[in-house]
Amino acid sequence: MTTVISAPASANSSPSHFWGYFMDHRHDDLHYLWLHFYLSVLPVVIGLLISLPLGYVARRYKWTYPPIVSLTGLLYTIPSIALFVIVPPVLGLSSLDPKQVPIALTVYSIALLTRVVADGLASVSEETQLAATAMGYGRLRRLIGVELPIAAPVIAAGLRVAMVSNVSLVAVAGTIGMDNLGRLFDIGRQLSTPDPYYPPIVLGIVLCVALALVLDGAIVLGNRVITPWRRAVAR
Amino acid sequence: MIRFESVTKRYPDGTLAVDELSLEAPSGEITVFVGPSGCGKTTSLRMINRMIEPSSGRILLDDRDTASLKPSELRRGIGYVIQHAGLFPHRTVVDNVATVPYLLGENRKQARARAMELLERVGLDPAFGKRYPAQLSGGQQQRVGVARALAADPPVMLMDEPFSAVDPVVREQLQNEFLRLQAELHKTIVFVTHDIDEAIKLGDKVAVMRVGGHLAQLAAPAELLSRPADSFVAGFVGRDRGYRALGFAEAGELPLSDEQPVTLGATVREARDRAQDEWALVVDDDRKPQGWLAVGRMPDAVLADPVTEQLLNLGGTLARTDGSLRSVLDAALSSPSGRGVMVDEEGRLLGTITAGEVLDRIEHRASLEREKAVEQAAEEHLARSDTAS
Repeated sequence: MTTVISAPASANSSPSHFWGYFMDHRHDDLHYLWLHFYLSVLPVVIGLLISLPLGYVARRYKWTYPPIVSLTGLLYTIPSIALFVIVPPVLGLSSLDPKQVPIALTVYSIALLTRVVADGLASVSEETQLAATAMGYGRLRRLIGVELPIAAPVIAAGLRVAMVSNVSLVAVAGTIGMDNLGRLFDIGRQLSTPDPYYPPIVLGIVLCVALALVLDGAIVLGNRVITPWRRAVAR
Repeated sequence: MIRFESVTKRYPDGTLAVDELSLEAPSGEITVFVGPSGCGKTTSLRMINRMIEPSSGRILLDDRDTASLKPSELRRGIGYVIQHAGLFPHRTVVDNVATVPYLLGENRKQARARAMELLERVGLDPAFGKRYPAQLSGGQQQRVGVARALAADPPVMLMDEPFSAVDPVVREQLQNEFLRLQAELHKTIVFVTHDIDEAIKLGDKVAVMRVGGHLAQLAAPAELLSRPADSFVAGFVGRDRGYRALGFAEAGELPLSDEQPVTLGATVREARDRAQDEWALVVDDDRKPQGWLAVGRMPDAVLADPVTEQLLNLGGTLARTDGSLRSVLDAALSSPSGRGVMVDEEGRLLGTITAGEVLDRIEHRASLEREKAVEQAAEEHLARSDTAS
């Protein structure tokens, strides 16, 4: 919102000129990238924290699984633009409140992760659960010490989907004027009169994809570190 | 000691899983619950450590009502082994074994050191300690399961079909090692199985249960075979129980015949000279029997050849003098020469015996027992008519 759209420093409107565009607007672009990173990660983290108890309940009381999973799943069908717009009035925030984007994205993360947590916990074999109980694990200790570590690979797979999907949804918020890489598309559109001007648009795509790859890689790496037992089988 | 006092388990849908079960599992002994599926044996087992709560009745552990104890603390004092082992896939073998010591807050280093010792004790190379369960075979996983149950040295162990998911050869190994371990440890063990042969092999006492959770008979294995309480038990213990009961009859002193064995490497001519009824027994340098050689019709051309292992018939089983009459009879029946080979504790040849001679011994023994049973039946009848009058 604060950025003033500057005319292109050079007249080169070729798509491959995005690097030159980036160098000319480094400060703003890095700011967008940082905000995009933050808006992509935070909702997934909060969404996971909310999905853990929801998924646990859906797993523990089997009759709650269908309603919990279908209701949270339905949240994902709300169009993102609509959700960004509807969050402030529903929560009594100002229509320009910067919290509306992370809140809306958290809703999507919950939609994706609740089922994943429930299914991940279901992947713990019955013998293992039985043995844990028989060894004298209390319920919470069993969840933290046995069930969640075994569910980790399934949950990590869900986190990858939620994270990458978030990177693209954040960009949508850019088009309603929120600062993040999505703004580059808006800028590109505004500069495209009368002739198309591609560099900011291509730069936005390249940075989004790069960010998605880095975040996805971080989850894969984190999962590898906490699940050495998964690789032991192949040895 | 574990005591069931009129324990009943009825599920909300009305199914009666266990019906008024009263029995005692004595300290330091193996009590086996055996029966067809749906007889409530596993339910009964799980009520001991309160994985399932009884609907009525009490279960006492060394005279303490288990209902008065906190479930997780009760369970940490009871070793538990299940089918497929139920190891934690995300923990190394040594950490699996040390599970309960960790839960009890023991020092991790000490718990690990003890876990390593236990691995050796159950017949696993301590090098397995660093592996994950998925890298082990089913039999190895089950050994880890037993080590894990033993880790906190609980006086009581519950075992729920622990050996039924492995192949018969491994199962027999595991059973034998389990008996060897129990002879050292003297745990109070309740063992659940659907396999009557396993029950008879492992149990000091066997509780036969029938569908609907009724206890049909609680008895020592030999008694179960010789005096089944009713037709259900008789049918369940099986048709060849007369033969199997011989497994509990000690071989004792038997009239052995001297055998003139030849040593591996001797010539076929020597073997033929020593053979009785055309068969010669071949032993190694330690007098350990290796197999039989059919030398009766060997052509003269091969008489100078040495006796090698390839020539031997390996069909005969060996019976040890400290074994059972069943193994002696089996040695005689399986021997290609018709002469059953008896060996001492080190496996060295003592002599041979024919099936006819073993049967004479069995018949002699049985006649003594029949006599005893007749007397006993008369006494029981007298006692019954006394109380009636």
